[in-house]
Amino acid sequence: MSDLPSELRYTKTHEWVKDNGDGTLTVGITDHAQEALGDIVFVEAPEAGRALDAEEACAVVESVKAASDIYSPLAGEVIEANATLTDTPDAINTSPYGDGWIFRIAPADMSALDALLDAAAYEKVVEDEA
Amino acid sequence: MGRHTPLYSQHARLGARIVPFGGWDMPLHYGSQIEEHHAVRRAAGMFDVSHMRPVDIEGEDAQSFLRRLLANDVAKLQSPGKALYSCMLNPAGGVVDDLIVYARGPNRYRLVVNAGTADKDIAWMREHAQGAALDIRPRDDLAMIAVQGPEARARTEPLLPEDLRAAAMQLQPFFGAEGAHWFVGRTGYTGEDGFEIMLPAEQAPELWQALIDAGVQPCGLGARDTLRLEAGMNLYGQDMDDEIGPLESGLAWTLAWEPADRDFIGREALTKLRQDPERRVFVGLLLTGRGVIRNHQKVLVEGREVGEITSGGFSPTLERSIALARVAPGIGDTCEVEIRGKPVAARLVKPPFVRNGKIRIDL
Repeated sequence: MSDLPSELRYTKTHEWVKDNGDGTLTVGITDHAQEALGDIVFVEAPEAGRALDAEEACAVVESVKAASDIYSPLAGEVIEANATLTDTPDAINTSPYGDGWIFRIAPADMSALDALLDAAAYEKVVEDEA
Repeated sequence: MGRHTPLYSQHARLGARIVPFGGWDMPLHYGSQIEEHHAVRRAAGMFDVSHMRPVDIEGEDAQSFLRRLLANDVAKLQSPGKALYSCMLNPAGGVVDDLIVYARGPNRYRLVVNAGTADKDIAWMREHAQGAALDIRPRDDLAMIAVQGPEARARTEPLLPEDLRAAAMQLQPFFGAEGAHWFVGRTGYTGEDGFEIMLPAEQAPELWQALIDAGVQPCGLGARDTLRLEAGMNLYGQDMDDEIGPLESGLAWTLAWEPADRDFIGREALTKLRQDPERRVFVGLLLTGRGVIRNHQKVLVEGREVGEITSGGFSPTLERSIALARVAPGIGDTCEVEIRGKPVAARLVKPPFVRNGKIRIDL
């Protein structure tokens, strides 16, 4: 079973969201997602300042197999993209919840975070897909 | 559920990610496709290729039959054990399949055909062999393991049967040797040295385990695809197919036009296409911009579509994206590939990209 930190929120589309406690959220893809994608070789992250809608395709992760869209878990403005992924995209494989984070966002409405999945609900999504 | 090779339970035990391929359930990777790729370039890796089908063709008409059936000429196979890569064409010049044929003796041949096309191929062979004095025997009783990489032959040597070991180690590239039950070819699909071993299915799990114990890395279809792409080798169904023939898929070198009176299937159609100045050309591409090229993306020059990607992906050796593409003739040295709606710069290069562990193009 893949790693699912209980302090994070999740989406049906396999992103995780971490509340940084300073009005920003960090977004990445789950351990389950990186494992399904295989070796990741290229990441196209959103530019800082870009306004995103909830569930908008905003980044692309390419593995040896295929390209996958990453969706913004909620509406807001991109604060920063993880620049280190340009040279080490495989950080998503080795550290999906750490060095492999993809972007930070300032959400338009922080309370929207509560509508996302908790670890148990996400685990059920993964089980239902299997 | 697809068919299982004799090594399926080994793959499952190694934790392979299994995917459907050509009617079979095959390992895609055993953890990291890129590590498997590097193992083959740097040391030794192995592939279960038991889904591919050996077909033995024997009888007094075997040579004359194959000289009509195949676009390359088995009459070139003068020495015992010599192998030949060839397309098997339809009358329109499209490719029924690509295959390797080994000469085993006068009028004795072994062909190895692709998994997904094997049934179609055998039906095609039988249809064209009607009335000929020969026997076509698919060898479903054999498993096949490809051991590839600079250390592949040395690590395999002690595991070969005694009746075959010396002969196998003396093989020149693109030759095969056989003992009582095993057949070893110094061939492969990775651009590295190595062996392809055909052996009785029931002995395959033991050899597989012995190869693991000898430090040979199990590799899946994922690494097989990136290795063959770096080596500039075609994949049937992607780079060529029933509609698209060898002249437009970089396989002109496999066509034996001489002797001029050898009437192989597809010759007439290809003779016409050969003289067509608008005939598309098959090229290698190196992406100079950022991204990963994928199959079926458009090739552009100054915004105009000039061709299509037939095999695209990420090259673990180059750490860049590379591709094989079919394009209009004379487009120059640079182009763009349309990746998710955006043109990304690429350069035309001559495959192979990588051979024997060495990068063969300018980056």
